[in-house]
Amino acid sequence: MNIVVLVKQVPGTDNVKMDPVTGVMIRSGKDTIINPLDENALAEAIRIKNSQENVKVTAVSMGPDSAMKAIKEAIAMGADGGVLISGRAFAGSDTIATGKAIAAAIRKVGDVDLILCGERATDGETGQTGAMIAYYLGIPVETYVSAVEVKENGVIVKRTVEGGFERVEIPFPVMATVNKDINEPGFPTLKGKLKAKETVVPVYGPVELGLDPAELGLKGSPTRVVKVFSPKLSRDTIMKKADGTTGPVEEMMKFLAGKEAI
Amino acid sequence: MSLYVNANIEKEQKLSQYKGVLVFGEQKDGKILTVTYELLTRGRKLADELGCELSCVLLGEEIDGLEEVVKRGADKVFFIKDAILKNFLPRPYSKAITKLCEELKPEVIVAAATTTGRTVMPLVAAMLETGLTADCTELTIDPDTRLLLQTRPAIGGNIMATIKTPDHRPQMATVRPKSAKPAAFNAARTGEVIVKEFDGATFFTPEKFLEYIKDTTQEVSIEEADIIVAGGKGMKNADGFKMVEELARILGAGVGATRDAVEFGWTTYPHQIGLSGKTVAPKLYFAFGLSGKIQHLAGMQTSEVVVAVNKDPEAQIFKVADFGIVGDVFEVVPMMIEAFKNLKANA
Ligand SMILES: Cc1cc2nc3c(=O)[nH]c(=O)nc-3n(C[C@H](O)[C@H](O)[C@H](O)COP(=O)(O)OP(=O)(O)OC[C@H]3O[C@@H](n4cnc5c(N)ncnc54)[C@H](O)[C@@H]3O)c2cc1C
Ligand SMILES: Cc1cc2nc3c(=O)[nH]c(=O)nc-3n(C[C@H](O)[C@H](O)[C@H](O)COP(=O)(O)OP(=O)(O)OC[C@H]3O[C@@H](n4cnc5c(N)ncnc54)[C@H](O)[C@@H]3O)c2cc1C
Repeated sequence: MNIVVLVKQVPGTDNVKMDPVTGVMIRSGKDTIINPLDENALAEAIRIKNSQENVKVTAVSMGPDSAMKAIKEAIAMGADGGVLISGRAFAGSDTIATGKAIAAAIRKVGDVDLILCGERATDGETGQTGAMIAYYLGIPVETYVSAVEVKENGVIVKRTVEGGFERVEIPFPVMATVNKDINEPGFPTLKGKLKAKETVVPVYGPVELGLDPAELGLKGSPTRVVKVFSPKLSRDTIMKKADGTTGPVEEMMKFLAGKEAI
Repeated sequence: MSLYVNANIEKEQKLSQYKGVLVFGEQKDGKILTVTYELLTRGRKLADELGCELSCVLLGEEIDGLEEVVKRGADKVFFIKDAILKNFLPRPYSKAITKLCEELKPEVIVAAATTTGRTVMPLVAAMLETGLTADCTELTIDPDTRLLLQTRPAIGGNIMATIKTPDHRPQMATVRPKSAKPAAFNAARTGEVIVKEFDGATFFTPEKFLEYIKDTTQEVSIEEADIIVAGGKGMKNADGFKMVEELARILGAGVGATRDAVEFGWTTYPHQIGLSGKTVAPKLYFAFGLSGKIQHLAGMQTSEVVVAVNKDPEAQIFKVADFGIVGDVFEVVPMMIEAFKNLKANA
């Protein structure tokens, strides 16, 4: 069985700083992590690998050269190998262009049964990429997956949806985007770290993937970010101090009644 | 040069074939969901600005109250009817919507950023070879270019980005549920309900829907709740967190939590609000003993009214609060519980 896990390199969001003038995120190149939900996807792949024979897990990432770090980390956590999609032609890709490029790389990996990725990434946060990739591979997608049960020829997934859960059965090949409920992410092991060092990870550009640069990057992206600004993070707050009396709570009740909030 | 001009004219002609606004309504068990009416509010505004028709598409086996969609603002309602559409499955849903869009050629498509909308719309966008902007909080029309300006938060609520889809049609966006009021019922409105049946090939799928299991830990689903009571690490322990649940029960509200509260096991992940949890925008949000880290704010800062209780006057949650009480949750929250109990008793 062949599993592909997508790993996106994202800023370590705890320390995101914004340029107050331009409203643009200041990235310090070093402070990057694997998108947290991708670690859950990886942990699920490794769980499946450990539960049966002959499972191969490949980590795929698209990004600058530095995204190699995410792939090496994935190998250190138990993936068997990886593929990096990189090159200037991919810069500025929206989710359509990203979907096309990653789908092409997965096709090159070969007969893939299961693709796992995070439901969304913490930077672009669209949650669209998984479905886009599935479309370009011509395979079905299941989203918001919080449990995967591997069957003979497919999977039964549990999806976390509004007010409850759904169970859907689906044959291979399939793409599943996972949420945090699915498992606890694992950790790199010493053995894994050594393996990560040794493993040669191929880097694919448009030529290797047989893609026309016109379909990629900004050129291949129907959407355009035309403006970026800081959200207004303040309201006119009425502040009260608790003083042992019910005074502040009474004032809150009046305030809420005035706002017709209760 | 003439070649360039011709190409431009051709592009203009191609784009100008697309007319009208289409919203993707949702149903469950044949009942139309409120989020559909929120989309009608959004869609009506855009259609009026563009001077065009508003259509709404719903998929299902049987659906009650399709006329109501007209009364709440749609000029045309397309009901795509098939037994397989009873429950949401990405493939048949996306194929059917795409097929309708190929006939209809709408200029703008808006869906809700629900688990359904966020799954089906990327597939539709890819099939129609156009762009899709996720999770918008604001949609407006640029009067000069007629382009849809799609504004959305990204990077954990740290930035807002405005996005356009200049050269492709339809222009597609999902919008956060609860980010618009449901459109009002107007008995005098008229419009058409059109039932669409497509051939079996459209609906072919290897997917099999097995079952829906209601989450019994969520008495009120937090996506649907008008009021949410949320607690964080400041609730100290599982017992302390019970105060959050008690107030929620009295108010008929949903229970929300920070990641820390979920990690301590005081409640379950479906209650987590924030970057790696749910995004909510209720009418009223209570934030108890939580600091308001940016990742939490990302999931709740568009709530209409926010009340915060925290013993630290500098806590960031106060920046997004309309009413803040600096104090101990173990002193203040029981008083609130009393106050709301009394309010209910006297109502
Ligand atoms: C401010 C801003 C707003 C944007 N808004 C939009 C928009 O509305 N519509 C749009 O189409 N594009 C948008 N983009 C572009 C979008 O971020 C990129 O296309 C990006 O490649 C996809 O990122 P995401 O964070 O949205 O991914 P998601 O779709 O949220 O990611 C889901 C999963 O897909 C996988 N994945 C995604 N990207 C990669 C990757 N490069 N390598 C490996 N795995 C990956 C990961 O497993 C991830 O968990 C925006 C970009 C910015 C900076
Ligand atoms: C990639 C990523 C994703 C994340 N996703 C999420 C997410 O989805 N949701 C989320 O919530 N977090 C998320 N986080 C975590 C987030 O950064 C914070 O760590 C978390 O929100 C803090 O939870 P808290 O407010 O409960 O705890 P703390 O930050 O520890 O705050 C506790 C607060 O309680 C107050 N307090 C303590 N005792 C009392 C008392 N007796 N009375 C009154 N006040 C008291 C304190 O003053 C303090 O302000 C994410 C982090 C990362 C890196």
